[in-house]
Amino acid sequence: MTFGVVMLVHAEFDRAEQVIRHWVGGGCPVVVHVDSNVDVDAYGGFARSLADLETVQFCQRFRCEWGMWGLVEATQAASEMMLRNFPEVSHVFLASGSCLPLRPVSELRAFLSNRPKTDFIESATTADVPWTVGGLDRERFTLRFPFSWKSRRKLFDRYVRLQQVLRVKRRIPAGLVPHMGSQWWCLTRHTLGAILNDPKRRTYDRYFRRVWIPDESYFQTLARLHAKRIQSRSLTLSKFDFQGKPHIFYNDHAEILRRSECFVARKIWPNAGLLYRVFPRQPDSQLTDAKPNTGKVDRIFGRALERRTRGRPGLYMQSRFPNVARANGITAVPFSVMQGFDCLFPNFEKWLSGQTGAQVHGHIYAKDKAHFAGDAPIFSGALSDSAVLRDYNAAGFLTNLVWNARDTHQCIMFGPDDTQSIRWLLAHDTNARVWVITGAWSIPLFLSGKPAGKVRAEAARLQRIEHKLLKVLRAPDAHARIQICTLADFLENPRAILQEVVDEIAGHKAKEVSTLPEMADLTGLAEFLQELKNQGMHPFLTGDILADAEKRPPPTSEPKSYVVGHK
Amino acid sequence: MIGDAWLNYRMRWKRRRLLLRIWRKRKQLKCVADKTSQIAPNAILAFSTVRNEMLRLPHFLEYYRKLGVAHFLFVDNASDDGTAEYLAAQPDVSVWVADASYKLSRFGMDWLGWLQWQFGHGHWCLTVDADELLVYPYCDSRDLHALTRHLDEQSIPAFGAVMLDMYPKGPTISASYKAGDDPISVIPWFDSHGYRHKRHAVFDNHWIQGGVRDRMFFSEQPDRAPTLNKTPLVKWHWRNVYVTSTHHMLPRRLNRVFDWPEQDLLTGALLHTKFLPDIGIRSSEELDRKQHFENSALYGQYYEQLMTGPDLWTDASVMYMGWQQLETLGLMSQGSWS
Repeated sequence: MTFGVVMLVHAEFDRAEQVIRHWVGGGCPVVVHVDSNVDVDAYGGFARSLADLETVQFCQRFRCEWGMWGLVEATQAASEMMLRNFPEVSHVFLASGSCLPLRPVSELRAFLSNRPKTDFIESATTADVPWTVGGLDRERFTLRFPFSWKSRRKLFDRYVRLQQVLRVKRRIPAGLVPHMGSQWWCLTRHTLGAILNDPKRRTYDRYFRRVWIPDESYFQTLARLHAKRIQSRSLTLSKFDFQGKPHIFYNDHAEILRRSECFVARKIWPNAGLLYRVFPRQPDSQLTDAKPNTGKVDRIFGRALERRTRGRPGLYMQSRFPNVARANGITAVPFSVMQGFDCLFPNFEKWLSGQTGAQVHGHIYAKDKAHFAGDAPIFSGALSDSAVLRDYNAAGFLTNLVWNARDTHQCIMFGPDDTQSIRWLLAHDTNARVWVITGAWSIPLFLSGKPAGKVRAEAARLQRIEHKLLKVLRAPDAHARIQICTLADFLENPRAILQEVVDEIAGHKAKEVSTLPEMADLTGLAEFLQELKNQGMHPFLTGDILADAEKRPPPTSEPKSYVVGHK
Repeated sequence: MIGDAWLNYRMRWKRRRLLLRIWRKRKQLKCVADKTSQIAPNAILAFSTVRNEMLRLPHFLEYYRKLGVAHFLFVDNASDDGTAEYLAAQPDVSVWVADASYKLSRFGMDWLGWLQWQFGHGHWCLTVDADELLVYPYCDSRDLHALTRHLDEQSIPAFGAVMLDMYPKGPTISASYKAGDDPISVIPWFDSHGYRHKRHAVFDNHWIQGGVRDRMFFSEQPDRAPTLNKTPLVKWHWRNVYVTSTHHMLPRRLNRVFDWPEQDLLTGALLHTKFLPDIGIRSSEELDRKQHFENSALYGQYYEQLMTGPDLWTDASVMYMGWQQLETLGLMSQGSWS
């Protein structure tokens, strides 16, 4: 009782020879198929190098092209030879030249002889499992594919399109239910013999000859007709990328391959000397019955797949420069932008960082320079405070800042006097939390002590700029979290709004706001604004500030009832 | 549509003009050591123009041999420190000398273009300066053959890398380095962030600027700051040409080393060892030769600053720890290669 190995080889003959010697050394007969594209000299040399092994045989050669029928023909021929010439074989294991046994042959033999009637072949119905890459799953079986996808791509695509337009459909031979799965299987003599000697084999072969990638469906479908017990999994560890191309294993994968306890892995990088030295591992009595466990391998390659198809949000780099409008998040993590707060509260930044633990910057878009937290000249990751550098690519500056310091929540102060070119980003980035107290720009003007007539032009300019920002923020496609209130509304109840700000930034760690920041002295603001109006400049963004606003009891009086966990 | 077709048409002619120019300038090259008969069909080739690089070359050759470069093709531009003789004595190096103007040869690209046209076709060609060390994901365990095979399988003809300026802590001219050492152990610091990205309107590539030179010397004129995106590794076809250094290529599809719109492509980085202690001497030489880039006058001030050996280090500088670090920082990506 043993198992035999059918091996399909087309290149890297040195490594193939090495692996064949492993199999034979473990007592397994091997039937080798060499692609007919390989030239005579290379084939002759390879055959000669194995001439000393009696249980290695070479079968008739076919032209094997990826996705075409030749691969199945080759497998059929080699399998027939195996069953005919090696009657002691109970299971047949299909492998390629770049497969490497990870565990000793004796362990695989023990595993198979404990399961004498089980076929190991990954086989899923196309109706239930949408596995395939490229959109052709059911259609693999209902269209004709006479042209090679690799070498005659245009013709392939056009012919598929033509059949789709004409709604041509092939009839699947009666009794067959299309199944698909990994090309690498291990079948029992019974099942394989039944497939190869099926009275309707000519019908099936004719049908599968024009199916796309028949090597992933021929045996997978027919095994369902004949097998007594199918374990739908492959004993060969192989991983595929998002385009359906196999990942290659290198020296640095030695550890995860060892821990996977799989019997065979592919594809192995031919120059991975370390892998070919350490595998197959020595027999180990404690691990003889170890079950293959691919969890770790799956995780590593799954992460690569995820990143390849989704990218890292908020990161702009040479290999990832998304179309911003379609990207998954413009910046990396949530951040806050506050307009007007620092006009009202001179020490707002310090207060906010004390309340929330966030990193609170000043006006990083100020005209003179970027005012980073603590007035540092260079922010984390060597971001310079130069205004010229910043404005050269203002949006990039912000995405960089947020990415660099993505472990803490970043808050920035903003105002109508700053560089405005990030407006669009602020409105559209789902990570942005934008708070605006409209008309707060009037406070520094008022505090400057200059008469309304002198600051009229400046006030009009700031109001115009802020109005533009509000228009962008209020656009229907603005996806940021945006809170806008007028100065008058804010003064009605600053505590409620500041509490919201703190909740939003600190999340579940937020506490009830105990002390409010100290507010600038606004006595006389209402008169100042009225004076502006008298000059013909209506500060409509401030809201209606009552003359006695500043005289009312300070809004610190009654904290609003605060429901814990209202979020 | 029409604009695109017109641009394509113009770019095709630009490429042909450059090829013609390369062909005309071929006579400026004089062969000193021709070992190109060694080149095997799948060999990876390295191309480089050098001038007085005895300090860097021993490590450079050792580094790239280890990565699997089979043959080096050098153009020596009037060195007087024995560079040409040293290179000619190496077993796997072919050397040409050219005494004509570096600037007029498009910074060596005309000369290298002729060598690439003759020997590069069908090979993966690495075009790097002597002060550039290529790193890429898994470069400590997988050589360039593994990398190029992966790219071949994905049908990707070019590999992009961002230049990272490495610098020491303390004044640049006071570090001590002797030929053959690993330069990164002497100048291990770099700027981990602060790189700007744009799409180049004409060449359709990713235009990256930033890093330490931008921060120190070009904060007033960011548009003049050095370009950092490069395409150093290309599956060569005789039709290909480099346009400016290895930043831009024609045909333009080779510049698409990033995926549109939002997927990670495999990329690497070039560790730029410009700021070894010889920077002061080299800068004063450059200043005299006036051979650098389109706007030599603009660069005058820059070289004067470099001659004084300024300290480029700040608190925010990061020490190089290996490719994994660059991957985590997001300066390069392993794409689908795991």
